[in-house]
Amino acid sequence: MKSLEELKRIKEQTLRDMDLRQAKERGKIIVAMGTCGIAAGAKDALMAIIEELEKADIHDVKVVQSGCMGLCDKEPTVEVSMKDQPAVIYGDVNDANARRIVREHVQGGNVVADLVIRRENI
Amino acid sequence: MIRNQLLVCAGGACITSGEKSVKDVLVDELKKNGIEDEVQVIETGCMGACDLGPIVVVYPEGTFYQKVTVKNAGLIVSEHLVKGRTVSELLYTEPTSEKQARTSGDIPFYTRQVKRVLRNCGVIDPLSIEEYIARDGYFALGKALEMTPDDIIRVLVDSGLRGRGGAGFPTGLKWKATREAKGSPKYVVCNGDEGDPGAFMDRSVLEGDPHSIIEAMAIAGYAIGAEKGYMYVRAEYPLAIERFEYAIGKAREYGFLGRDILGTGFNFDIEIRIGAGAFVCGEETALLRSIEGKRGTPSIKPPFPAQAGLWAKPTLINNVETYANIPQIITNGAEWFRSVGSVKSPGTKVFALAGNVQNTGLVEVPMGTTLRELVFEIGGGIPGGKKFKAAQTGGPSGGVITADYLDMPIDFDTLKEIGTIMGSGGLIVLDESSCMVDIAKFYLGFTVDESCGKCTPCREGTRQMYQMMERICEGKGRDGDIEKLNKLANVIKDTSLCGLGQSAPNPVLSTIRFYEDEYRAHIYEKKCPSHVCKHLLTYSIMPDKCVGCTACARQCPVDAITGEVKKTHVVDQSKCIKCGSCYEICRFGAIRKE
Repeated sequence: MKSLEELKRIKEQTLRDMDLRQAKERGKIIVAMGTCGIAAGAKDALMAIIEELEKADIHDVKVVQSGCMGLCDKEPTVEVSMKDQPAVIYGDVNDANARRIVREHVQGGNVVADLVIRRENI
Repeated sequence: MIRNQLLVCAGGACITSGEKSVKDVLVDELKKNGIEDEVQVIETGCMGACDLGPIVVVYPEGTFYQKVTVKNAGLIVSEHLVKGRTVSELLYTEPTSEKQARTSGDIPFYTRQVKRVLRNCGVIDPLSIEEYIARDGYFALGKALEMTPDDIIRVLVDSGLRGRGGAGFPTGLKWKATREAKGSPKYVVCNGDEGDPGAFMDRSVLEGDPHSIIEAMAIAGYAIGAEKGYMYVRAEYPLAIERFEYAIGKAREYGFLGRDILGTGFNFDIEIRIGAGAFVCGEETALLRSIEGKRGTPSIKPPFPAQAGLWAKPTLINNVETYANIPQIITNGAEWFRSVGSVKSPGTKVFALAGNVQNTGLVEVPMGTTLRELVFEIGGGIPGGKKFKAAQTGGPSGGVITADYLDMPIDFDTLKEIGTIMGSGGLIVLDESSCMVDIAKFYLGFTVDESCGKCTPCREGTRQMYQMMERICEGKGRDGDIEKLNKLANVIKDTSLCGLGQSAPNPVLSTIRFYEDEYRAHIYEKKCPSHVCKHLLTYSIMPDKCVGCTACARQCPVDAITGEVKKTHVVDQSKCIKCGSCYEICRFGAIRKE
């Protein structure tokens, strides 16, 4: 280590690894991981979302799991609630759909209409 | 790809309550469920809420699981991480509101604190220098090396930082004196001796954030013109030694210690010196002798270590918590440091909260916080519905804060005014069942044991005081004892060689000041109002409650209780040794203790 530049580089790199521990203010993606959800492929959806967020360099959105939301025939279900916006619940979220949700909704700001189950407060 | 991180508190208290085996269960369960590549387990330093350990925090949610055992640790994996269901049986329930807290942000113990010294403890992996760097670690060293030594010292003086080891001497002035002292080489020393019973602030910093101390010592080396530092830590802190040693190795590997640090031409390195655990070695001159390999006994000041310290060379010696403040002051400036705390004692103070209080553990609060906030808001009040009586601060060198001073802001100066000291930050809460004479005797007994014997007032004086205290607690107190204690105490304070002896009478003086009535009750009425001093107790049997079950008579080890079956029993006071076993065994509440 001979310079502050090098120090900054380590900081940036490590911050990425510690990302899960930072406060994430912009929004929350909840993946329902009930038995029904897992059977329908919620794990794939979860990992696809995390991967896609990483690819898009998004670090201010939290990905958490919940139990069954009660929409068992639409599993896997994913709820996206961005700050100051109503929460949106998506159904049949397979790997490809999960990636679309991240790209179009979280990144692009547009609700993925064809996957929506129910929009609150509209 | 990592989706969750499990932070497992690996502070001393959590390790004692089974953290290692809990962590093993977590790792095993992750493997069994095939998610070991998605979930990372990280051991951190002390999270502070020591009575709730072992603690596991699940990120990104921040879910705070407490008192995790080998039996239920698996639920965190199978329920929370696999099925997404919070394990409610492991959440913390706030005792007063009976509300369940999901994250540490819902627990008053945490929300009332201001974490500066402890900002990385429980947040980063202490073995990872990268995580320390990610939290702005070593940037202060980089900044300091671009400043002049005089500028660094000016920032410290302006910050108003005072030594956290207990005496509260302005740190900046100490640095200035050492810089200006003639002589070479100069040395930087960190006092990690922490000998007060019940205090563990410094240990937690060394275990949870060792790099902050290394960084601060390197800054100090640059500021005073030293190339060599010594970390003095007691042998009873093996984990602190292990992690600090590891951190030194990493710092050398990354070039924060060694030669030509950050390409500036500045050389600095640190060695660990392990003390054998003598309390007197927390006194700076004794500590320096111990580092030199000599017997740890104090010497007269002046000369101060700044002029003639290690091997008679100018030496800067600060306490662990003092150093822990330095990098942040360099990074954020003097104004930032002064933004919390009181005018004459800026910044925060870490307390080890213990005794008769709901939440024990490590807490960091702004200087000037009141005892009421500490005990009732952060500490959660007194357990068992008992009343608050006093708080003991400063360990064997300190005294008590009584209920009358619950709303007094606590800082170096206010505590001194009421006859106690800040000390290193031990804070022991006493409820109404505590006997103040007994407490003072306990602390005095500690200093009698720990007196190094070099000077007469401390060696003989404290022993004489202790024998008087013993007599008083045994019911053999005599008229005039209080006056004699006061007189002797003041002589010891005035004539002892070092801080140990000068402060040893404080617990007695402070309790006489506020609880003279208790001393009088012991001496003149031969009674202990709190029923603690066993020689002053009388056990008797209440005839209206005794059913004659003979349990007490059979339990009594000296056959002091006689009586026939189904008839009232009596205690022969001449035989009774006040062991209390009859009181414990009686199921009818028929034994009176007074």
